[in-house]
Amino acid sequence: MARTIVITSGKGGVGKTTTAAAMSMGLAQRGHRTVVIDFDVGLRNLDLVMGCERRVVYDFANVINGEANLNQALIRDKRCENLFILPASQTRDKEALTQDGVGQVLEELAKTYDYIVCDSPAGIEHGALMAMYYADDAVLVTNPEVSSVRDSDRMLGILSSKSRRALESEEPIREFLLLTRYAPERVTRGEMLGLEDVQEILALYMLGVIPESKAVLNASNAGHPVILDQESDAGLAYSDMVARYLGEERPMRFLDQERKGLFSRLFRG
Amino acid sequence: MSLTNEPPVQSAAHRAGASSASPAFELKAAGFTLPVIRLLRLDLDAVEAELVPKVRQAPGFFEHTPVVIELSALPAGEEDVGFARLIGLLRGLGMIPVGVRGGSGAQHEAAKAMQLAILADSVKPDQAANEAKVEPPVAVQTAEPQVGIETGSHLIDRQVRSGQRVYAVGGDLTVLAPVNSGAELMADGNIHVYAPMRGRAMAGLHGDTTARIFCADLQAELVSIAGHYRVSDKIPAALKGRRIQIFLDHEVLRIEPL
Repeated sequence: MARTIVITSGKGGVGKTTTAAAMSMGLAQRGHRTVVIDFDVGLRNLDLVMGCERRVVYDFANVINGEANLNQALIRDKRCENLFILPASQTRDKEALTQDGVGQVLEELAKTYDYIVCDSPAGIEHGALMAMYYADDAVLVTNPEVSSVRDSDRMLGILSSKSRRALESEEPIREFLLLTRYAPERVTRGEMLGLEDVQEILALYMLGVIPESKAVLNASNAGHPVILDQESDAGLAYSDMVARYLGEERPMRFLDQERKGLFSRLFRG
Repeated sequence: MSLTNEPPVQSAAHRAGASSASPAFELKAAGFTLPVIRLLRLDLDAVEAELVPKVRQAPGFFEHTPVVIELSALPAGEEDVGFARLIGLLRGLGMIPVGVRGGSGAQHEAAKAMQLAILADSVKPDQAANEAKVEPPVAVQTAEPQVGIETGSHLIDRQVRSGQRVYAVGGDLTVLAPVNSGAELMADGNIHVYAPMRGRAMAGLHGDTTARIFCADLQAELVSIAGHYRVSDKIPAALKGRRIQIFLDHEVLRIEPL
């Protein structure tokens, strides 16, 4: 049974696309047939982060309008054969996604894939509503700051009232929290909300904490999902996150400030 | 901030014809949400039998409330509504009948004779949703504009998220889970919150000055009783994060620790 996962936040720039890329790659690397869909019509980015921007011929909107079939639009990842990308259209607007059209595409994908990862656009308008409507699971990507926390809270309210599962009174969407761009030293200095502060307001199952890292920007620029960079703390944190999503127990890492004691300063510079 | 029963989104107001200095009045258009009594058959005894217990359940909600009588669902051919008796019944229950909607020309003449206004016939989808106030209650989770309207007292045991609104019509609202910043609680009666209260709370929404707000942990953005409100900035820091009650004392909003 395929599961549809929406990566959402309300607020922009918090790391939804980075997370969609990393999570779909992580699931695929573990042997699950995975497809990642860019719902950000008009501002498509996922293809860049996945490094397949030069291979886009048809897109999601073409499939919905019947101008191409799914197999023509899906791009197989070169690094992992279980992973496929369905890019967004750059030339249309968000209204190109109709509820029925999206439903038909997801239904078709559910026949062959284990996980369908939906990368939501920012905001709570049509595009974001389409991305979350059919979701079984939701990952709320949140930065440790008040505006991002409030927007995630708002999005949780929308998930519980406007999604298909809510409207058809089915079992509610499973909601997970992913804290991104976490900088322990700024939390210690009181410039950022801590893990507990965010959890107090949102009260969700914590899928992981991704530390603020240069590796994320480098990975996006290079078109490599950061999870492939297992040297970096962000890459390792995303691996943990995927493992937790699949039900494994992993201790939280990268929560504490690296202690630069006298000895490490003397010996490691 | 006005706490009338104007719908927050629908009211469109515009200025008309103000030329000289300090005009004596402004002509405005405003939208109001009114309860509609939709007659399904012409049996005023049955109407009375059904209406009286409903009003008893939520007297505050019907007291001095303008209502509209809807005639469109009545079977054709029954011309004589018996407005005199119907109006007497509604007035007797505290309501103020202001007009009719739908119905035939003869019924309109009869209504005009009773000083009732004839309201436009068109039923927009959003108006239809507002009629839910007197029709069956809408559940919190499914209401389209995220307003849960509940008749009588109501209990909520799940977190109220930013952007969600809950309104207990004619009763008290009790919340056992946190209310987040950007969420709105409304009740015609009292509001009780037994978890951190970070949103807005408006008790006595229909003007009940004896309504109170009780919070186990006050961090609210705004609190209001019968339209007398206070924003977070004006709440003394010493009272924040404490168990408090809020009530009106001779038109002054008072916040006191419990």
